[in-house]
Amino acid sequence: MRTDRLKLVASLTRPVLALVAAFALTTLALLSTGVSPLEAYRLVLFGAFSTPVRLSDMIMLAAPLLLCAVGLSITFAGGLYNLGVEGQMIAGAIAAMVPLRLWPDWPPLLLWLLSGLSGATGGVVWALLIGALRQYANVSEIFAGLGMNFLASGLALYMVLGPWRRQTSASLSGTDLLPRDLWLPTIDRLRLAPAAPLIALLALAVVWWALTKTRWGLEVRAVGLNPAAAGRLGVAAARRMAETLAACGALAGIAGMLQVVAVHHALIPNISSGIGLLGLLVALLARADPRWLLPIAVAFASFTVGSIQLPLTLGIDSAIAGVLQGALVLFALVARARVR
Amino acid sequence: MDQLWIDLAAVLAAAAPLVIAAMGETLSERAGVINLSLDGTMLLAAMTGFAVALTTGNLLLGFAAAALVGAAIAAVLGLFSLTLGQSQTAVGFVLALLCTDLSSFLGAPFVRVPGPAVPFTPIPALADVPVLGTLFFRHDPVIYASFLIIPATAYLLYGTRLGLIVRALGERPAAVYARGIDVIRWRYAMLITGGALVGIAGAAFSLDLKQGWSYRHTFGAGWIVLAIVIFGGWRPWRVALGCYLFAVLEIVATRSQSALPNFPTQIIQVAPFVLMIFVLALVNLASSPAAMRRAATLPQIWQRPLLGAINRLRATAPAALGQPFERP
Repeated sequence: MRTDRLKLVASLTRPVLALVAAFALTTLALLSTGVSPLEAYRLVLFGAFSTPVRLSDMIMLAAPLLLCAVGLSITFAGGLYNLGVEGQMIAGAIAAMVPLRLWPDWPPLLLWLLSGLSGATGGVVWALLIGALRQYANVSEIFAGLGMNFLASGLALYMVLGPWRRQTSASLSGTDLLPRDLWLPTIDRLRLAPAAPLIALLALAVVWWALTKTRWGLEVRAVGLNPAAAGRLGVAAARRMAETLAACGALAGIAGMLQVVAVHHALIPNISSGIGLLGLLVALLARADPRWLLPIAVAFASFTVGSIQLPLTLGIDSAIAGVLQGALVLFALVARARVR
Repeated sequence: MDQLWIDLAAVLAAAAPLVIAAMGETLSERAGVINLSLDGTMLLAAMTGFAVALTTGNLLLGFAAAALVGAAIAAVLGLFSLTLGQSQTAVGFVLALLCTDLSSFLGAPFVRVPGPAVPFTPIPALADVPVLGTLFFRHDPVIYASFLIIPATAYLLYGTRLGLIVRALGERPAAVYARGIDVIRWRYAMLITGGALVGIAGAAFSLDLKQGWSYRHTFGAGWIVLAIVIFGGWRPWRVALGCYLFAVLEIVATRSQSALPNFPTQIIQVAPFVLMIFVLALVNLASSPAAMRRAATLPQIWQRPLLGAINRLRATAPAALGQPFERP
């Protein structure tokens, strides 16, 4: 009884210490600007829950974030650092635009389906190119991913300024808005499209099942732990890696599609807005354990949305949310370290 | 013709921060540690260097502060990966994002504030030598330093006993350990030295080649340097060549913006990085075992130069790069 309680305390010490360290670092940064850290924390931690509009903004950020993080937890399980997730999201957004621009008068439901399929395909293509570069050309997935990110953002810029430029004049602020009936149904005055978080939750459930309950998931995790050993046991390691990349690309592509039909209602150059990279932090913190993905994605999305008010109310930069998110992941990594 | 030399001199200058950072990263990767935090490190160091130089009015203090920031971040990476056994990739990536946001947050008061800059210092007499003077002796101290650091790194790695140890740390750490050398301590030393150089490279942007501070001031330079180190096969001269080629591409991209008024030229800015990954993939494909076997079936006259070229282009990573070291 007593030892059980001691064990529980011991197992909690490190996460708590990590939390304390992360907040200490963030507080130091806040103190250096001369504002009251408490005021800043009130906004960063709870600002997203202060009004219904902000809450719905947070949900609309958490949805693509969760999709990316879920996808990345598949690639992490397979032992890959898919830094290309950002590009996969952009490629998905571009591909999702294609049916919407080609046949704008088709029934919306059909168009959303097509758009989702097309977006997922865009993400898969972008991800498989990384897989091919890694498999056949020996370029690590990290740099292949970065290269594909640059390529995708170049392509998005080209579409926005070239073929899909505004009718009035080409503008860096994006393409013309989609016709109103093609926007994913949105709750009045809230900017909340309930389909987006539902899709993300569905993806989470499916991936959790696939990774933990199926033979495929077992093989992916085996490849992630030791590709050579998994290969000797008859697992097609290269194939599994390509599949994890494709799965992540598909989810990131759908996240990109949601950015188009549910958030921006247009293609903008910065359509991914760093959500993919933030998803990498979420997945790293969840340590590829799907149960943690949802709470962490919601927490990180609320930090980001809450901090948007900082420049106006306190006159400090909103990047403090990123500092807190990064510090939390960094110290969580240490908390897991075995002591030598 | 004169314009060509002036353009080339501009390339040599523009590549200076890349060269300094790339030499730093080469040192730590040759010792077996990959510092993936480069992009964030450069930003935070650029911001700190600018802020310190601005508030103290002392350029040298600015560079020193930037070097300190770079070294400190490298030390944190070392602590978490070398000592505490976490993945270098994971820690480096998180540090990259964290330091980027720290630079945006802490640097907000300095955005677009005019500040001090490294003065133009042509070297007397040498600056008037035709061609060579224009190319090499009409710059400022940061750029001269970027010229000197290439042979210095090459000499350190290939001409000294220390260099032998560093290369062995990256290739066969167990052998180094067997000779009674503390692998972890020496990896720390190279990682921190490299980090300091990366920090100085950050300040070379904010105090010299892209004076001042703005949100994400160095525009992905850190990721570019990481790719150039691979592109250059972890060999100092080739890595430096990669930096200069990259600078050439960038200048060509900027120039073509005025030549192609109807083409959305922002796109060209992403081209150098993509092109580099593409070339890297081609070289790796050409030096793959399958391609080598096919080359062996070619007629003799073709074979020798072809295999020679492939061998010269091929890049092999240090065998123990990114691997944790376990005492045997």
